Amino acid sequence: MSDFWSWFIIIIVVINLGGCAWLLWSNRKMSAEEAKKETTGHVFDGIEERNQPLPRWWLWLFWLTLAFTLIYLALYPGLGAYDGILGWSSEKQLEKRVEMMEKRAQPIFAEFAKEPVKELTQYPEAMEVGGRLFANNCATCHGSDGRGARGYPNLTDNAWLYGGSPQAIKTTLNNGRQGNMPAMGSALGGKEGVRDMAVYVQSLSNPQIAEDPAKAKAIERAKPKFATCAACHGQDGTGNQAMGAPDLTDDSWLYGSDLKTIQDTLMNGRSGKMPSFGNRLSEEQIHVLAAYVYNLSQSGN
Amino acid sequence: MSDTERIRVKDETPTNKGVKADGSVSLYEAREHIHPKSIHGRFQRLRDLTVWITMGIYLVGPWLRWEGGQAVLFDLPERQFHIFGVTFMPQDFILLAFTLMVAAFALFFVTVFAGRVWCGYVCPQTTWTRFFTWIESKLEGDRNARLKLDKAPWTPRKITRRGGKHVLWLALALLTGLTFVGYFSPISDLTFRLFQFELGGWEAFWIGFFTLATYGNAGWMREQVCIYMCPYARFQSVMFDRDTLIVSYDEDRGEPRHRGAKRDRDESEFGDCIDCGLCVQVCPTGIDIREGLQYECIHCAACIDACDSVMDHIGKPRGLIRYTTENALEGGQTNLLRPRLIGYGVALLVIIAALGGALWLRVPIELDVMRDRNQLYRTASDGSIENTYTLRVVNKSQNAQVYDLSYRGPEGLEWNGPQHVAVGPGEQASVAVTLGYDPFYDDLDTGTIWFGARARGNPKVKTEHESRFITPGR
Repeated sequence: MSDFWSWFIIIIVVINLGGCAWLLWSNRKMSAEEAKKETTGHVFDGIEERNQPLPRWWLWLFWLTLAFTLIYLALYPGLGAYDGILGWSSEKQLEKRVEMMEKRAQPIFAEFAKEPVKELTQYPEAMEVGGRLFANNCATCHGSDGRGARGYPNLTDNAWLYGGSPQAIKTTLNNGRQGNMPAMGSALGGKEGVRDMAVYVQSLSNPQIAEDPAKAKAIERAKPKFATCAACHGQDGTGNQAMGAPDLTDDSWLYGSDLKTIQDTLMNGRSGKMPSFGNRLSEEQIHVLAAYVYNLSQSGN
Repeated sequence: MSDTERIRVKDETPTNKGVKADGSVSLYEAREHIHPKSIHGRFQRLRDLTVWITMGIYLVGPWLRWEGGQAVLFDLPERQFHIFGVTFMPQDFILLAFTLMVAAFALFFVTVFAGRVWCGYVCPQTTWTRFFTWIESKLEGDRNARLKLDKAPWTPRKITRRGGKHVLWLALALLTGLTFVGYFSPISDLTFRLFQFELGGWEAFWIGFFTLATYGNAGWMREQVCIYMCPYARFQSVMFDRDTLIVSYDEDRGEPRHRGAKRDRDESEFGDCIDCGLCVQVCPTGIDIREGLQYECIHCAACIDACDSVMDHIGKPRGLIRYTTENALEGGQTNLLRPRLIGYGVALLVIIAALGGALWLRVPIELDVMRDRNQLYRTASDGSIENTYTLRVVNKSQNAQVYDLSYRGPEGLEWNGPQHVAVGPGEQASVAVTLGYDPFYDDLDTGTIWFGARARGNPKVKTEHESRFITPGR
């Protein structure tokens, strides 16, 4: 807050408080003449205000509220940029609360951290905690059930882009992943070439389509060009987990297995991003979450 | 409303007291301390009964046991409200709303019928003030003795009497505060820790708060609460009509009043009121009922008992001040069945029926269904179309329970996920469920789907929740 706005607020608050005090002081009595009248002369919709005194303890309450205001403004922030004697702020309160919660949760997580990921899946409590971490952090993209969505991997199957070992899962959670399939439209020779390659890619997981003579010809045409793809996906198309290149021979598809989708993928490329959670979750939380995700893939078998 | 239809009220013309030397008058009125004289009579016996019953219910309430636990316990941290073996949760808020509506309409009904009997007989302010005044009269004596003691110098006798009074007041106030917090934190444990000086911060704060509030309200504020703070006091008077039973002075019979029942005067010249002022002395709000209906009047009927005792004494019939209606006072008939009273009565019965129905139909289970919103539907790698839901089951009963989950809607969906869930007493559990179908075999359109949860072994405990099943369309 700049000095100008700080003083702006301070002056307005002080003027208001002074105004309230002045109002109370100047309105504490009236002339005897005035007091004799039956009404105050105020009329609202034909309802007259009776000339009745208020109880005196109300006046004390008014002064009390003013005293409270002064004490409050001395202790807490309120007067412009002044922090107050107690130095309270909502941010500090939040930090304190978070610290308190972490202190309570710390021994539980420390207990979980002692167990390796595979063993931890046997602890129902750890899986409950992991489930809540998953619901809060992962379910938005991967779904409440972890079965993913178009562009977001299914975590309950055995197909892993970067590996399904506990260590690989932890690395993914900590650092995030940046998947990148380059656009291959021109490299494959335009629309025709892309269509041929799309059919070839389909045939990797589904060899029966080669029974169709037209498709078989397309596959023949595309085969030599697959060398370009093999750099990442491997000569046999089984992918490479070191670079996050998907296995093309299984029936797990990140974006879809229909011809149109594969053509799109080849023509324009794909880009996927798994954000890193290393800076948002503690090491122990990542540990528990990794166990939960690992357990998802195991139960999917 | 013409003047003749108005209920007679007190003349409130300013009296212009306390003019200062500079010719000004304070806008604020100093409080006149009221020392009501204690009085015995049939209405005061009735009041003794009602305040003992209300106080008794309040004090005994948290000590009652039910099935091994505190019968009435409002567990705020757990957000569970236990009332005689039934657990209510914040989701049952509608029941509280019904209960409050029953209370409100019962108040309206009884006020139209019999005036502010709530104020005079069962209001906590009346109840505690009556107990506090009783303590006061035991230590400092009745009205006259107290007035004298107020003016007396601070002798050891005055100090012990006054001091003793405040100590007893604070003791009763502490009991009140402890009992109140005992409805929210198990009271036997709370009492034990109070005597060990091991109370938690908030418990100590609230016990202290309610102790001081009780002490202040019943010891010091008293009628000021009714006159200046209570909203009910103001709006109840608005419900009066000419057939409402109110505490009234029979002006035709009493006036012209004259002091003393002198035998030598011609009795026929005067009314029955001997202007003894007893009705004013016994009034806890310090008004003169002979001036007509006033908003300060809490219908405690102390003036009725006082006047009846005087009438007995001078050999006149009772009832110069009595519960009666404006119509009856003017020689007419009290019209009991009037639209306003019937209306409130019917409304009250309808809401009681609604509350009873809601309680009767209440099942100790709750099911929430949240559909995953990150996509409309999902095409699985095998080509099937899936929707994912999170089912949250709340067990509102006192026992651990297994709930079988099911759905009702499109035929032939494959259920992927747990088909039952175990939930501890008063707890909740969430499970993710995926429903899918193969579009090769089924051709489904987007539509409504109901999820159901049913307690295993107790088929009556079941509930359903609606959601949507979304498909690419036909």
